[in-house]
Amino acid sequence: MSETKVTCLHDRHIQLGAMMVPFGGFDMPLQYKDITTEHNAVRQHVGVFDVSHMGEVRVTGPEAERFVQHIFTGDVAGAEVGKIFYGMMLYPHGGTVDDLLVYKMGENDFLLVINAANIDKDNAWIQENIKGFDCVADNQSDSYGQLAIQGPEAEALMQPVLGLECAELAFYTFKTIDVAGETIIVSRTGYTGEDGFEVYGSHSYIQAAWDKLIAAGVQPCGLGCRDTLRFEVGLPLYGDELTDEISPVMAALSMFVKLDKPEFIGKEACAEQKANGISKKIVGIELQDKGIPRHGYTVCTLDGQEIGYVTTGYKSICTGKSVCMALVDFAHSKLDTEVCVMIHGKARKGIVCKKRFYQKSYKK
Amino acid sequence: MAKVIDGLYYAESHEFVRVEGEFGYIGITDYAQGQLGSVVYVDMPEEGDEVSAGEDFGAVESVKAASDLISPVSGEVVEVNEALEDEPELINKDAFENWIIKVRLSDNAELDALLDAAAYEAICK
Repeated sequence: MSETKVTCLHDRHIQLGAMMVPFGGFDMPLQYKDITTEHNAVRQHVGVFDVSHMGEVRVTGPEAERFVQHIFTGDVAGAEVGKIFYGMMLYPHGGTVDDLLVYKMGENDFLLVINAANIDKDNAWIQENIKGFDCVADNQSDSYGQLAIQGPEAEALMQPVLGLECAELAFYTFKTIDVAGETIIVSRTGYTGEDGFEVYGSHSYIQAAWDKLIAAGVQPCGLGCRDTLRFEVGLPLYGDELTDEISPVMAALSMFVKLDKPEFIGKEACAEQKANGISKKIVGIELQDKGIPRHGYTVCTLDGQEIGYVTTGYKSICTGKSVCMALVDFAHSKLDTEVCVMIHGKARKGIVCKKRFYQKSYKK
Repeated sequence: MAKVIDGLYYAESHEFVRVEGEFGYIGITDYAQGQLGSVVYVDMPEEGDEVSAGEDFGAVESVKAASDLISPVSGEVVEVNEALEDEPELINKDAFENWIIKVRLSDNAELDALLDAAAYEAICK
């Protein structure tokens, strides 16, 4: 194992008294106050997350677009500068290398934003597959800090507190802004189901921006509520709902796999899964009995036959319901199917439901 | 600072037993609730269930995780604290007052293996 890394805001987390946990190779804040308070701040007002652990890879060169098209399930062909795409990098068998955002920075110039835990793996994958393409991929993860400012009041803060004019940004677009000798990136993106922005800049810029937000009274939010927020709106986490064994088709994320593209790694496998069906699928389950389903718990039929496992589960903070996402045999994945989750040795009844447990409120 | 009350018996796994006659009231300590954070659910046994010293009898759950409850003593569950079903957060308000189960102690000698307040306070440092 490599050494635990820290973000450029690490000392600030310690000063704020955050409970720190290892995540993706980084020492990260789980919570500052408590998960429920931070979760509700984002749903009702605004919160700020240190997401500097995320990785950034810049792909440039005459064949950068052709290369991104080759490794990415989204379709960036001819896209306008300023557009952002969500999608996956896949193995040939359809399993997921990582899910990521692709920012179109310029013609044949892309920024790939990848999961912290996968930075080394993704870079190895990218370098292995870039051979033969006239472009280069530069891992810039250590140069960028990143903040996520999330919640219905996020837009109103950006100009007064950070001096960033971005009210006009549409969902899944970004702009670059020159500030104090550097170019920062601001995008209307996030991982909470709420309106909000993500800001990428140098460590010193991100530190100053964080300090301004905290001074303005914005709730600092840890990874604990980042997970409960993304879970409530059915967003996947790599490692839980997407893995090297779980394809986006199995995760019910086919809309991000553009099978009408001429080619990309994993296309045949996904097309085959779409055409012939999948053996397992990620579903939502709402518990009717008591108990809270947790990651790894076994899912069974009513007569006790094992059919899968819980990928993420919580007592939803916004709805109070005990709900989970689970990977189950396709035969038991239909809506309204009755299933059981094994919780502390007891079979607790639940029903297969949509995995959006709480409605998103993006500003589109 | 976490509160510790004299006269109770404590387990290293952060449960307490308050003994009244032949009965023991089992709950989690103030230190344990502080470590857990907001309790959102308590998984409890039913009246009539048997619990055994050193074995789990349920769980206290925060938003993030479930923590097993390990019984410090053996006996029959004669009462569960039903108030915790609707208000699990009572444990955060006063962990010692809001016991989880009441058991009829089957072996008082088991209490000798538990910690007193001073010894328990020492392991919470």
